[in-house]
Amino acid sequence: MVELTLPKNSRVNEGKVWPKPEGATNLREYRIYRWSPDDDENPRVDTYHVDMDDCGPMVLDALLWIKNKVDPTLTLRRSCREGICGSCAMNIDGTNTLACTKGCDEIDGAVKVYPLPHMPVVKDLVPDLTVPYAQLSSIQPWLQTVSPEPAKEWKQSHEDRAKLDGLYECILCFCCQTSCPSYWWNGERYLGPAVLLQAYRWLIDSRDEATGDRLDNLEDPFRLYRCHTIMNCTQACPKGLNPAKAIAEIKKMMVERRV
Amino acid sequence: MTDFRTPLSRVRGLGAAREGTGHFWYQRVTAAANIPLILFFVGLIIALSDASFADVRATLANPFITVLLVLAVISVTYHMKLGMQMIIEDYVHDEFLKIVSLMLNIFYTLIVGAVCIFALLKIAFGG
Repeated sequence: MVELTLPKNSRVNEGKVWPKPEGATNLREYRIYRWSPDDDENPRVDTYHVDMDDCGPMVLDALLWIKNKVDPTLTLRRSCREGICGSCAMNIDGTNTLACTKGCDEIDGAVKVYPLPHMPVVKDLVPDLTVPYAQLSSIQPWLQTVSPEPAKEWKQSHEDRAKLDGLYECILCFCCQTSCPSYWWNGERYLGPAVLLQAYRWLIDSRDEATGDRLDNLEDPFRLYRCHTIMNCTQACPKGLNPAKAIAEIKKMMVERRV
Repeated sequence: MTDFRTPLSRVRGLGAAREGTGHFWYQRVTAAANIPLILFFVGLIIALSDASFADVRATLANPFITVLLVLAVISVTYHMKLGMQMIIEDYVHDEFLKIVSLMLNIFYTLIVGAVCIFALLKIAFGG
């Protein structure tokens, strides 16, 4: 059955309150999830105070300010700092989003930062995304054709190209994937919103010749039909995409090919 | 035991079942059918709220009403079975418990449906 209580070793304790920076007037409280595989401690939530006059406006700026000036052991992934690489996906103020595009001023009170939910934690804010990556490769997210390759390129009309809008922009941050309760309960069998959005991106591509095989591989009570239109995915997506609609379109294609 | 299977092997598992669309489709078909059938059923209950036992029996024996009620029983119980199956698949992760729950769900639905339809037919055909 679903586990509603946490195992003893994953209960989150109250952590350390780090000293406030001296002389700062514009302080912001950050409460950040900490866990290290190197000791036998339970996870804890540490409290930091950030001098917002000395720090950029985004949550990622504040996290890096903490790492640089207060606590170098704070561990997180980040790369592009402009919402295109998807590395800094985490749970901020109760919603999965990108730390680099979430403004501190969008949040009331203390800023609570946790790793993406329901994934194994590598350390602090770094989740283990091995399973979602394997699920992505299982849908073979590349163009598949059997016709002889054209001399130049596979052509596509402007109308068909427009069908990929709202799909190709996905940066695979897995904010949607890890916000989905169906994915929490059946994460190894349900492909999840991010992977199904990618699947639809190739299903709807006019140049692809493997549409039927792709649908065959999705037609499964768990891989596709665990989606119950909860819509957390669409709510969470920091790029404003709509995975729930993509999944509904896949279900429509499934019905279409048999009625 | 250490699991040396690759993540892709774990994710691919036993492959796609190549079904599930039937479940999805019939859940929607029965949902659509339930709207008029349940409205009819509720209307009938309200209309018969003050009627005597004999009147209710006579009304239920009307062929038109019997057929509609039998259809309502089929549509509602099938919809119920499909919905419960989904909940079991979502939340019951122990394989043995899951199989048993899915079987009990089917038996329960069939028994409820059979009893309701038998009662309606008994009234319709007298006895």
